Amino acid sequence: MADSSSVNAPVAAAPWSAPAVPAAAAPRKVNWGRALPFIGPVLLFIVWDFTVRFGAIKAILLPPPAETVTTLINGLAGGPLLKDFLVTLWRTTQAFLIAAVVGVPLGVVLGSAEKAYRSVEFLIDFFRSTPSSALIPLFLMIFGVSDINKVAIAAFGALLIVVFNSAYGVINARKQRVMAAKVMGASRWQIFKDVLVWESLQPSFVGLRSAVSMALVIVIVAEMFIGSDSGLGNRIINSQQVMNVRDMYASILAAGVLGYALNILFLVAERRIVHWSGR
Amino acid sequence: MNAVLNAPVVADVPVPPFKPGPAGTHITIRGLTKYFAGWPLYENFDLDIPKGKIVSVFGPNGCGKSTLINMIAGLVPIDSGEILFDGKSLKDTKIGYVFQNYREAMFPWMRTIDNIAYPLKLEGKSKAEVDRRMAELVASFDVKFDLNRYPYELSGGQQQTASIMRALAPKPEVLFLDEPFSALDFEMTLFIREKLQEVFMQTGTTMLLVSHDLEEAVYLADQVLLLTKRPTKVAEILPYSDPRPRTVETLSEPSFIRTKKLSLEIFQREVRR
Repeated sequence: MADSSSVNAPVAAAPWSAPAVPAAAAPRKVNWGRALPFIGPVLLFIVWDFTVRFGAIKAILLPPPAETVTTLINGLAGGPLLKDFLVTLWRTTQAFLIAAVVGVPLGVVLGSAEKAYRSVEFLIDFFRSTPSSALIPLFLMIFGVSDINKVAIAAFGALLIVVFNSAYGVINARKQRVMAAKVMGASRWQIFKDVLVWESLQPSFVGLRSAVSMALVIVIVAEMFIGSDSGLGNRIINSQQVMNVRDMYASILAAGVLGYALNILFLVAERRIVHWSGR
Repeated sequence: MNAVLNAPVVADVPVPPFKPGPAGTHITIRGLTKYFAGWPLYENFDLDIPKGKIVSVFGPNGCGKSTLINMIAGLVPIDSGEILFDGKSLKDTKIGYVFQNYREAMFPWMRTIDNIAYPLKLEGKSKAEVDRRMAELVASFDVKFDLNRYPYELSGGQQQTASIMRALAPKPEVLFLDEPFSALDFEMTLFIREKLQEVFMQTGTTMLLVSHDLEEAVYLADQVLLLTKRPTKVAEILPYSDPRPRTVETLSEPSFIRTKKLSLEIFQREVRR
């Protein structure tokens, strides 16, 4: 037994030294991490292009991607698409500003008087859950077919989201910070303005970010279906009616660009203003 | 006959006269009662806390050590009883409080220096007064880190140092410390413990320290307040009078070891009871 193991030993030892050789070549690593976000879009572009090129979908329904993107860029570089883009942006901004200016203070005040919030909680939750587009006819009755109508309904939908998030931000404020202020002798008003308002900033930003997306959605829908002669929604519907698919897709992409840009804008603003978030 | 026996007892229970604590008492607690979910946590609890001393509160889990200091500090409402600071109510008393969880005690939207100055601003102090007090604090704490940073940019120990500075900024009569070291690593614990001792020797502020570490409790204390299980009573108050500054050598002094051993015995007796 002892013999066989001593015989085996050198045999086992020999392959052990082998890995040292390939290991020398290993340390070179290419960092693919930065390229990852581009893979998805490029894949979509390729699949889209092949689908049209090989006729899986007729070109009259789906234009080739390169042409669509060219139409988008030309349109946004001063074409009529730009005008509609700006109109939609302006309506969304108006609706959002109304929602923010009314909603954040209202939410913060409701949140700091929890009993007041509880008494309207059902209403907020109910109308927050009601698709705002379902209320379009109601708003039509109140505001008529006008520009104000589109802004009003978008502001309404966005407002509820802002109120809800700001109120919960205050309600869920870290109790210990409130206690810390209290033990230092802060009055109710001082606790409100020095602690609660700040604590609610981060959730308020979450609310504002969702609200701006909601405002954009409703503005586009309203532009499509409430007699309108401008805006991306109107443009999408019009180009669909005349089967100008290239313009339709370009307008859809423009709406996407707008939504994405607004989202990024709010993320960046949140990171700068609520600098302590997540730390 | 029966009717007489079952008659309601309306004997005049005389209100016990207020008995002041011994000379040198700072905080007088009389007849403190607090119920939690229908069960008494404290019932007719009396305690005298001496002025210019450090009292460490130690006791079994759930006996309400933190609740006791929170009730004294006015953070937890009491059901009945009286708590007086040199005969005054809490309203007329300046206190400081150091939380265990410094992360949720500091205000991350303010720079550290503004956090420390916050209680002074609440008092309506002028900028010059605030600046002068800040300079004093920085000197006495020998601060080596940048107070213009935000709290979350500092280490745990630095944040807790800052929150102790904030508590001391308005020169409180009493400083409450609720397990101030539990969230810190050992190195920082030692450092802040020394700082606290230094500050105490400089200012002589009455301190009430809740601790779950017996060695730390005795090391800093003039008195170790040992509590029973609930309903909580005072099990024993052990004096510990080794001179300050206490150092690593203190930990091996016979008097230290004796006090610690005795505390442990009382603690174990109370836990088993």
